[in-house]
Amino acid sequence: MSTPVVSDLSSPGPPVAPRDVAEGADPVLEIRGLCVEYGFGDDAVHAVSDCDLSLGRGRVLGLAGESGSGKSTLAMAAIRLLRSPGVITAGEVLFHSRSAADGEPAPTLDLLAAGEEELRAVRWSEIAIVLQSALNALNPVSTIGAQFDELLATHRPGLGRASRRDRAGDLLELVGMTADRLRSYPHEMSGGMRQRAMIAMALALDPQVMILDEPTTALDVVTQREILEELMGLRDRLGFAALFITHDLSLLVEFADDIAVMYAGRLMERAPAASLFRAPRLPYTYGLLHCFPPMHGERYRMEGIPGSPPDMRDLPPGCAFHPRCQWAMPRCRQDVPKLEPLAESRREVACWLHRDDATAPAELTLPDPAVAQPRTAPVIDASAGRAV
Amino acid sequence: MTTLAVAPNAGTETPVLEGRGLTKSFWVKRNSGLLARRSRLHAVDDVSVQLDAGAVTAVVGESGSGKTTVARLLARIVKPDTGEVLLDGHPVAAARSRKFAAQVQMVFQDPFASLNPVHRVRHHLTRPLQIHHTADGDVDEAVLQLLHRVALDPPAKFADKFPHELSGGQRQRVAIARALAVRPRVLLADEPVSMLDVSIRLGVLNLLADLRDRERLAILYVTHDIASARYLADTIVVMYAGQLVEAAPSVTLTDSPAHPYTQLLLSAAPDPERLERPVLAARGAPPSLLAPPPGCRFHPRCPHVMEICKRMAPPTVTVSPDHAAACWLHVDPADRVVDGAGVTPGTSPNPEGEAEVQRPP
Repeated sequence: MSTPVVSDLSSPGPPVAPRDVAEGADPVLEIRGLCVEYGFGDDAVHAVSDCDLSLGRGRVLGLAGESGSGKSTLAMAAIRLLRSPGVITAGEVLFHSRSAADGEPAPTLDLLAAGEEELRAVRWSEIAIVLQSALNALNPVSTIGAQFDELLATHRPGLGRASRRDRAGDLLELVGMTADRLRSYPHEMSGGMRQRAMIAMALALDPQVMILDEPTTALDVVTQREILEELMGLRDRLGFAALFITHDLSLLVEFADDIAVMYAGRLMERAPAASLFRAPRLPYTYGLLHCFPPMHGERYRMEGIPGSPPDMRDLPPGCAFHPRCQWAMPRCRQDVPKLEPLAESRREVACWLHRDDATAPAELTLPDPAVAQPRTAPVIDASAGRAV
Repeated sequence: MTTLAVAPNAGTETPVLEGRGLTKSFWVKRNSGLLARRSRLHAVDDVSVQLDAGAVTAVVGESGSGKTTVARLLARIVKPDTGEVLLDGHPVAAARSRKFAAQVQMVFQDPFASLNPVHRVRHHLTRPLQIHHTADGDVDEAVLQLLHRVALDPPAKFADKFPHELSGGQRQRVAIARALAVRPRVLLADEPVSMLDVSIRLGVLNLLADLRDRERLAILYVTHDIASARYLADTIVVMYAGQLVEAAPSVTLTDSPAHPYTQLLLSAAPDPERLERPVLAARGAPPSLLAPPPGCRFHPRCPHVMEICKRMAPPTVTVSPDHAAACWLHVDPADRVVDGAGVTPGTSPNPEGEAEVQRPP
């Protein structure tokens, strides 16, 4: 059952203008003006409000936010897997597919307008998901091999039993497991192995997009790094794009190309990972970066962000972050800022401090370290100083 | 934080709470029906920790390393198989007495589970005040005082709330206030911030730091997050597979780790500041505690493994003043040869231990 789209419930907003993708590269998944509500009418909770996000082909886009900020809701709604009482009230999600055979662009599909059959054709084969709890995602009463077999038999009817088994074994080896694990039940494996098996299953049909929803949150740091390194290696080899959802911003700085920050159901800042880390523009991002104690150097008292995340049923007016913002202005208490590009091109921010004639504080105007950077080796701009 | 003194009194004072040689194993049931049998799970093996007044000691380890069991042993919630707990240098009676509870209090990981949802905050704080007679007269006034101490202002407003009306950070503050109600000298905090949102974790850590500095509490901080341990703690002890592998002042430990496992943990921890992708110092997973490998329990994963590591448990070596590591690498090669104690026939590597050496590729 797919998440219902009830677009007539929302007030007719301004039409969503097709916007240039920030990185200019060709997007594989474009989310435009997506709104998701839990419940109907006046009591509805606006879990996701007016989100625009685009995932470039072969890129890793990190989506950071605290619990309840709507990051998982956004991703699940985009593939219409959000459970009741979640309803999509506005927006479109464009999937720009490419045929696996010749790389030719296939017709663009709006996932929010698609029917069950069209969604079935896309889910898992083109857009796969890895969830936080592999123990819940895997079937406890059948072996890993049987689950692979069922998956491949359904989606690749041409394959014989033996070739399905070979393919399953190859997939497990791809994620650092041995093929004899096909005989294991999920409960016989450690948490890290289950998550690896889950990733292998997500890769089984060569998807163009992987949605990673807190894939390593339940794991120990050593296993977490092993799995993320493997995933990024596979990304380089197989070329899928990934939407990586996590609450751990410090992890995204290391592993994502671009990072989008969500707060209270809205996208608040979007920038290349190194730029966001070295030179945040949004007060919330700045505060969040100062919530991770450093591993080196002098220890000093850090204050984090005062207050606590807002109650989604009772959001403050204006910018939802203003009660916790040290630079809040009168305007922040009244008007909701929109995510708009900054002069520096590749990044967007939703903050009044960067609009019109407002003067942004020095902390939020650190020089952006280069625009295009290799993913693995962020260049430190000496003049930028230490952001954390 | 205001004081960053490392190794607060370096053994000159008697520690407030001390665990000596704590060992605990649990019996777990494996299989079912005719094949059912009970096996011994070695959760904690010969662990000694000291908690000094006005200092935070962090216990860092992966899940299953036994760090929570150590906290529970120190709180006398779990009885050790061998070893003893000393309060002010005196052994504590086996039963958990009210007198002991008035000195040593625990703060649990999940503030959503540790507060009773049908009672207001006032009730949670009134109960310990009444049971331990620590209110000095006006109980209501004492409740407000407690809320003020954990920075829940205005106290009168928070006293009348139910747990579900509070955010996670506020709930954890209430749980800390409840622990403080009996005027303890030791606080055992088991992963107090891991369930909280990132943006409010520092607030709770800073509260613990303030309690240490202002009220000279001895605090045990159990965590899997080595960065937060470095931030808060004066001393860090690292646990692996139920054993202590390294102990040092926190900056020393994170800046110059001596044990290969600590090096592995540090190489795996997220660190946006680092310039290039770290090379993981080792791979694989911790061993099963039902049949821990012989010798050093880390040897199947250790990149520097030597023959002796597989056969004999390493001694605790003083790497530098206040810095100890249990690793053969820090033993003079001349002394690594089997000495008087000798390698007894029972310590030869068993087949299971050998199998552990191979990790999944």
